[in-house]
Amino acid sequence: MSATETRDAASSYFTVGAEIHDSKAPAGPIERKWQTRQFEAKLVNPANRRKLTVIMVGTGLAGGAAAATLGEAGYNVLNFCYQDSPRRAHSIAAQGGINAAKNYRNDNDSVQRLFYDTVKGGDYRARETNVYRLAEVSANIIDQCVAQGVPFAREYGGLLDTRSFGGVQVQRTFYARGQTGQQLLIGAYQALERQVKAGTVQMHTRHEMVELIVVDGRARGIVTRDMVTGAVEPWFGDAVVLATGGYGNVFFLSTNAMGCNVTANWRAHRKGAYFGNPCYTQIHPTCIPVHGDTQSKLTLMSESLRNDGRIWVPKQAEDCDKDPRQIPEQDRDYYLERIYPAFGNLVPRDIASRQAKNVCDEGRGVGPAVAEVDHDGNPRHVRRGVYLDFSDAIGRLGRDAVAARYGNLFDMYAQITGENPYETPMRIYPAVHYAMGGLWVDYDLMSSIPGLYVTGEANFSDHGANRLGASALMQGLSDGYFVLPNTINDYLASGPFPAIDPSHPEAAEAVESAQARIDRLLSVKGSRSVDSFHKELGTIMWEYCGMERNERGLMTAIEKIRDLRQQFWNDVKVTGRSQDLNQALERAGRLADFMELAELMCVDALHRRESCGGHFRSESQTEDGEALRHDDEFAYVAAWEYTGEGAKPILHREPLVYEFIELKQRSYK
Amino acid sequence: MAITGLILIAFLVMHMFGNLKMFIGAEAYNHYAEWLKGALESGGILEPLLPHGWFIWIFRAFMLACLILHIYCAAKVWAASLRGRGSRYVSVTRREQTVSARLMRWGGIALALLLIFHILMFTTKTIRPGFEASDDPYSMFVGAFGNWWVLAAYIVFMLVVCLHVRHGFWSAFTTLGGNVSPQARTILNALAYFVAALIFVGFMLPPVAVFLNLGVN
Amino acid sequence: MRIKLRIWRQAGPDAPGAMQTYQLDNVSEKMSFLEMLDMLNEQLTAQDIEPVAFDHDCREGICGMCGVVIDGSAHGRYNSAVPTTTCQLHMRSFADGAVIDVEPWRAGAFPVIKDLVVDRKAFDRVIQAGGYISVNTGSAPDAHATPAPKRQSEKAFDNATCIGCGACVAACPNGSGMLFTSAKITHLAMLPQGQPERALRVKAMVAAHDAAGFGGCTNIGECASVCPKQIPLASIGQLNRDLIASLFKGDGK
Repeated sequence: MSATETRDAASSYFTVGAEIHDSKAPAGPIERKWQTRQFEAKLVNPANRRKLTVIMVGTGLAGGAAAATLGEAGYNVLNFCYQDSPRRAHSIAAQGGINAAKNYRNDNDSVQRLFYDTVKGGDYRARETNVYRLAEVSANIIDQCVAQGVPFAREYGGLLDTRSFGGVQVQRTFYARGQTGQQLLIGAYQALERQVKAGTVQMHTRHEMVELIVVDGRARGIVTRDMVTGAVEPWFGDAVVLATGGYGNVFFLSTNAMGCNVTANWRAHRKGAYFGNPCYTQIHPTCIPVHGDTQSKLTLMSESLRNDGRIWVPKQAEDCDKDPRQIPEQDRDYYLERIYPAFGNLVPRDIASRQAKNVCDEGRGVGPAVAEVDHDGNPRHVRRGVYLDFSDAIGRLGRDAVAARYGNLFDMYAQITGENPYETPMRIYPAVHYAMGGLWVDYDLMSSIPGLYVTGEANFSDHGANRLGASALMQGLSDGYFVLPNTINDYLASGPFPAIDPSHPEAAEAVESAQARIDRLLSVKGSRSVDSFHKELGTIMWEYCGMERNERGLMTAIEKIRDLRQQFWNDVKVTGRSQDLNQALERAGRLADFMELAELMCVDALHRRESCGGHFRSESQTEDGEALRHDDEFAYVAAWEYTGEGAKPILHREPLVYEFIELKQRSYK
Repeated sequence: MAITGLILIAFLVMHMFGNLKMFIGAEAYNHYAEWLKGALESGGILEPLLPHGWFIWIFRAFMLACLILHIYCAAKVWAASLRGRGSRYVSVTRREQTVSARLMRWGGIALALLLIFHILMFTTKTIRPGFEASDDPYSMFVGAFGNWWVLAAYIVFMLVVCLHVRHGFWSAFTTLGGNVSPQARTILNALAYFVAALIFVGFMLPPVAVFLNLGVN
Repeated sequence: MRIKLRIWRQAGPDAPGAMQTYQLDNVSEKMSFLEMLDMLNEQLTAQDIEPVAFDHDCREGICGMCGVVIDGSAHGRYNSAVPTTTCQLHMRSFADGAVIDVEPWRAGAFPVIKDLVVDRKAFDRVIQAGGYISVNTGSAPDAHATPAPKRQSEKAFDNATCIGCGACVAACPNGSGMLFTSAKITHLAMLPQGQPERALRVKAMVAAHDAAGFGGCTNIGECASVCPKQIPLASIGQLNRDLIASLFKGDGK
């Protein structure tokens, strides 16, 4: 197939619209941009703030922190989450740490270096201005969290400890044992509850956003479903903020919480918000493998395990059923050490993940065989796991030293698998972990719908095509504590906007359509459970839009997703009633949106005929099989506009202009 | 509740020492009892600070006040528990609860009833198994515990007391902020067992000796 | 494995509930307890019976959303060799042919919403009363301005690991939320940043705890024994100590 034909094949799935440019980042040197923007932004008089209502969806690091901060500023905040308490948002599960350019170690760290590392780590697909600002405010985050009582690790002198993380050469990662996300989230949660007490934030738990209300071109409210009573009701405000996290659960199995979903973002997308780079998803290499068909989620183990563990599979497929301890050294293939002698087991996440997939595809995986579909769509069973072996480390350092470093991870592994990792090698396999893509936002974090802001993992902005370790927490809190509260005022200064009530045509339409969708799900009364559809969707996405993608596969996937979506609406079985706590109904609604997102992800992956970061196209690799970027053609953000069910989405390109950083190809050999 | 409980435990220990005076002899024992009541020729406890016979009534009032406060607090905690625990489990497995902790409330009620019986016997002398109202304290003691059933009832009484003290002692110190480390928990629990055992042994020695006719003249 | 489940079914907050028996075959010992419930729900869906409602989210033992009483013990601690959340309990902890009782948290402050789902808003109300350090965003001094001694900082951390699951309340014969409350008190009391509001905080949080309908603590220790994060009973001792000390301070009432 020639290049032109390829282009035609992809382009039949979308149309191209006007280029977009971020209009909010001011001109001037990069280190002055944020100050300038803060100075130029319009302000809201403290006395007027309580007359302005901000609707905040989500209570994680990005949402909880922003709700608390806006509450402190005096705005009237309505905050929603689907869990029973704001403290349960999935930010809580982050383990490793949070980066900050404090340079407490005196090791040449600076805002400039954190900025550079993040852009490079993102494989040059992030917007420079946003990343610079992220690095700039990173230091304030640590100050804020310490003041809130977040118990970061400390040294005997009483000062904060830091460590090196994610392959960077400076020690800028602050951590709280293996539970940094939990501690940061509890800090934000406490600040949030303080505002609830103060009356500035109204908390609505067990409420799921099911529609966005747009009036006169502005985001003016949302529709929620009360997950206890089933009531579908509208809420109104002067601005809406989505801090709703990532969409990794489109793969069914991921490290995300079971409830994580794309519904809020997708509903906003359908109402006009552009979706940025949906194909960028991060696959984490050190997760506990799938045990069988009833697996519901995957658990990540810190990648620090790769510092001392050696990764291998048997050289011969016949050995895969053997007890690993019985396989002699010469019959083992330490494939990362073999292929990447310089970095060995410490190659970046995407490479470690892809090579694990390759050896398993060759039939040399270990552990239980799991059901999947092959590239031609035929069902098969493949062993999906590789050994992560600590026997050398235990021999070299002693069991106690290994236990001191990794004891908690070993315990976690033992509790989940029932195997003792001190005795037999661990089994690991990559799993979907983080979504770099998300709703497109400008420098102010405002989406393409005026008045609709998107923060944290839910937006596309800061990580480019790949996220560095310990940067997700940094971005969530940066957006929540420092960026959004300093940009949203520019928009709110034009408010309060004319009051609307539930009888307003746009509001009434939003409520009716949300209710109609719920009623439709309940009325299908088919034969297949929601989860069976979700698992099938996950299998398709994992095979064709997972660690390695190619044109034929993605086109197959799009067909399969369309078929599955049709089957879903004809044959799904949702038990129970709408006016009740109904978990099957909740899952069905989320899955319906995942099915639409899945197609857009495949279209995005199909159109991006280059490999970059977490997106690996098998057609675009070097002779050595490494990712090959095409900066001349693809140095842009793909922002997709929704045009209707079954209609082709419109691609808006936002060119990425690198004024301060030079683009390079990475190499780990 | 913790403070009144500890005062009551302190009273028990004092009472126990008094009882053990029995082994010194009838005279010493009776003398001690009279001294407490301020009924001696030479006066009694805290005389001449307090007028003749006042101490015992002030003391009784104080103990009664402690007891009532203790029961009042217990009733409040019990009511809060009934409200706090909501509906009952169909199946329950307890991992930590000791027998003593489990029996605090019903044991407390049993204790109150047995205490009334105890007072009716030895203080008001309303119930007089094996002794006359005119007998001196020592004779009362020997007379009463000559009966096997009085002894049996007393053993039950003391068991309930000591179970109550076992959990109560530990719990009181925890409530007062004594348990702030795993070591403190171990020490406080060990002390609680020790105090409970001490009280049981100390109170049981005289009656058993009486019943078995050992060391009693 | 074949197991028999006896599960509490309750249609709504005011509806009467009862144990229902279900037979489940082909259970794998590698499944987590919640995956086993997923499997049951798939089976019930196929039979047109409404699935069992239960709370869960992260399924890696950190969010605190899941929690049921299994065989009379919160999070199935009785069946597990190590402290655990319900999501981290695996079916290998049960014998083939086992009869397993599953009930919701039962406490006056945690009313049942449906089946195994309860309302734990009372915990949020306790935190609202003072479980924070009052510092507005942007007003923090440099993180190194105040050193915090490592030992105290570690103790703060041990207490900050509380996930607010409510197992302590579920296991307590008094339905008391003292372990939860004391974990937050101790967390903040051990840090220099927590000192200015220390006396005020403990008074306010204990008052909110009682007002939320939790029972009083009688130092039994069931709570700490089922806590998935091993918050020690000593934290309640610390709360008591702070509460007594606060009585001599003018803050609060």
